[in-house]
Amino acid sequence: MSDGTGRRPSDASGYWKANVRTIIGCLIVWALVSFGFAILLRPLLSGIAVGGTDLGFWFAQQGSILVFLVLIFFYAWRMNKIDREYGVEED
Amino acid sequence: MDQYYLNLLFIGGSFVLYMAIAVWARAGSTSEFYAAGRGIHPVTNGMATAADWMSAASFISMAGLIAFSGYAASAYLMGWTGGYVLLALLLAPYLRKFGSFTVPEFIGDRYYSRSARLVAVLCLIVASLTYVIGQMTGVGVAFSRFLQVSNSTGLFIGAAVVFFYAVLGGMKGITYTQVAQYVVLVFAYTVPAIFISLQLTGNPIPGLGLFSTYEGSGEPLLTTLNQTLADLGFSSYTAQDGTPSAVINMFLFTLTLMIGTAGLPHVIIRFFTVPKVSDARLSAGWALVFIAIVYLTAPAVGAMARLNIMDTIWPNGTQNAEAAQIEELPVWFENWQTTGLLGIEDKNGDGRLQYYNDEGQPIDALGTTELQGNELVLFNPDILVLANPEIAQLPGWVIALVAAGGMAAALSTAAGLLMAISSAVSHDLVKRSVNPNISEAAELWWARGSMAVAVAVATWLGLNPPGFAAQTVALAFGIAAATIFPVLVMGVFSRRINNVGAVSGMVTGLVFTVGYIFLHKGWFFIPGTESFPDTIEGSLFGIQSTAIGCIGAALNFIVAFVVSGRTADTPDEVKAMIENVRIPRGAGSATAH
Repeated sequence: MSDGTGRRPSDASGYWKANVRTIIGCLIVWALVSFGFAILLRPLLSGIAVGGTDLGFWFAQQGSILVFLVLIFFYAWRMNKIDREYGVEED
Repeated sequence: MDQYYLNLLFIGGSFVLYMAIAVWARAGSTSEFYAAGRGIHPVTNGMATAADWMSAASFISMAGLIAFSGYAASAYLMGWTGGYVLLALLLAPYLRKFGSFTVPEFIGDRYYSRSARLVAVLCLIVASLTYVIGQMTGVGVAFSRFLQVSNSTGLFIGAAVVFFYAVLGGMKGITYTQVAQYVVLVFAYTVPAIFISLQLTGNPIPGLGLFSTYEGSGEPLLTTLNQTLADLGFSSYTAQDGTPSAVINMFLFTLTLMIGTAGLPHVIIRFFTVPKVSDARLSAGWALVFIAIVYLTAPAVGAMARLNIMDTIWPNGTQNAEAAQIEELPVWFENWQTTGLLGIEDKNGDGRLQYYNDEGQPIDALGTTELQGNELVLFNPDILVLANPEIAQLPGWVIALVAAGGMAAALSTAAGLLMAISSAVSHDLVKRSVNPNISEAAELWWARGSMAVAVAVATWLGLNPPGFAAQTVALAFGIAAATIFPVLVMGVFSRRINNVGAVSGMVTGLVFTVGYIFLHKGWFFIPGTESFPDTIEGSLFGIQSTAIGCIGAALNFIVAFVVSGRTADTPDEVKAMIENVRIPRGAGSATAH
C-alpha cells in the first residue's frame, strides 16, 4: 500500500493542491453550462437563435452533455500530466 | 417472415449470446466475482458502464418523457450525464486506488466504523432494490408485447437468464454480457431514430436533425413543433417556465439527479474493475461517450415522434382542416390500443380523431367539425420508443431489434444492481461484519448464494410490484444523493471527518430525505397517508419530493462537519490511508484486499 517513491511529503501536498485546483476549474465549467446556461441564465441567452429555438435550450438538451464529455477527457489528460510532474504516476 | 418469429429470433439470439458469454467468462476467485479481476480495459468498462447505467427507464421512457414535457425534461438529460463528471473528478479514481470490492467497504474502512458500514449497506440495498423492481417489470412488459407470453412468464425467462450469467460469472460475466447488451441497445435505439430524422429533416444524425429544417414545412423543426402545439392548445415545447419556484425546482432536481447518479453503488463498482487509477478517470469519459450516443439522440426522438404523431392525426394541418379518419389511422394505433396504453374515443361521433388539449386554448379554426373534447384520451409516453419503428413505417427487423434492445437495457441494469446488492451482503455483512476468518472459497460460495437470493427477491418483487414502483426515481436517487455521495466525497477530500460525523451525516441525510418523500408520497407510499400534495405550490418547502435529495446531501455535509469538529480527531493511520488514496501510484498492489 505504500507509494514506494520516497518523495518528500511537501510533494504530496503540492500534488493534491494541483489536483483540487483542476477539479474546481472543471466544476465551474460543469455548473456554468448546465445550471447556468441551461437553467438560470437561459433568459439572458434568449436572443441567440439556434435552429428554431435559443441557445439555452440547446445547452439544456445537447450542449451541456457535449461539454461534460470534453471536461472528463480534459481532466483525465491533465491529471496524467500532473501525475508525471509530481512523480506519482502508476508504473 | 412473420413479425412474431423475427422478434423471437432477435430476442432468442441475444439471449443465447449472453449465455455463451457467461460460460466463457466464469469467475474463479472472489476478485473475479466482485471486480472482474481488475483487468477490464477502460473502453470496455465504459461500454459496460453505459449498459449498466441505461435502464429500462432510459431506453423506453425517457424519449416519451421529453416528448411530452419538452424543455422541462432537460433535467433528466443533464442530471443523468452530469453525474459522470462528478464520478470522474471526485470518486472513481480514489475508490479504485483504495481497492475495495464494494462501496460500503470503503465507507466502513475510511470511517473505521461498523455502524457506518451497516448504514451504507442499508442505503445501498434500499436504493438498489427499488431500482431493480422497474427493471424486472420492464422485462415482463417487453416480453408480453413482443412475444405474446404472459408478463410473469416473460419475467421468469428474463430472471433465469440473469441468474445464469450473474451467479456463474459475477462481475466478470456481467461485464462482458453488458458489453454485448450495450451493442444491442445502441443499435436498437439509434437505427429507428436515424430513419425518422432522415424522413423529417433529411439529416442522418438525429441530434443535428433536431435543430435543422423540417421538410414538411420548410421551417425549423422546433418552430413547427411549437406552432402545432400552440394550435392544439398545448404548452410550448421549448419555453421555460420562468417563475422563480419552477426555476429553483428544476435546478434542485437536476442537481439531485447528478449527485444521485454519482452516488449509485451499481455504477461506482464498475470503476473497481479497471487496472489503474488513470484508467478509472478515462473510463468515466468513455462511459459518457457511449451514454451520450443515446442521450443526444433521445431529445430528437422525443420531438420528432411528437410532431410525427400530430401530423398523422392532422394530415392537412390544424387550420380549418379535417382530422384523420379513425378507420384510416395507421395500424399501430390499433396494435397499441389492445395493450391498453393508447385509447381513442370518438366523442363527437364524426368518425375522425380530434386530438388537442381541451384544458388549454386551442385556436378557433381548429378542425372543421364541432369539438366535444380531446378524442385521443390515452397516450402512454412509454409507447413512443417501442412503437417508433411502426410510427415511421420501418421494416420488421427494426421492430425486432427494438424489442431485443429494450430487453438488453433492462437485463444489463438489473444484473448490475443485483451485483451491488449481493456483494454488499456477502462481502460487507458476511466477510467483514460476521465472520472475518471465512476462506476465499467459502466467501465465493456466499457471493454466489447471495446473488441467487437477490435474483429470487427481485423476481418476486417484479411479480408483485409494490405500489411505489413508479416512485423509484425519487427514492433511489434521493437516497444515493443524500447518503452515499456525501460520505464518499468527504472520505476522500477531508481528513477531518471522523466516524461519528459520517454516521450522523448519513443518518440525517437518510431520515430527512426519506421522511420528506414519505410526507409527499405517503408513508411507505401507502396512498392517502401523505400530508402535503407533491406539487411546487403545495409542498412543505416549495420543493417537489423528487428534487429534495440535494438538500439532504447538504444537511449530510453540514452535520458531518459540525459533529466531527466536536468529537475526537481521526486516527493517524486513517489519515495515512487518505493520503495514500489521493495518490495514483501503487494501485496495482491494492488489488489484494
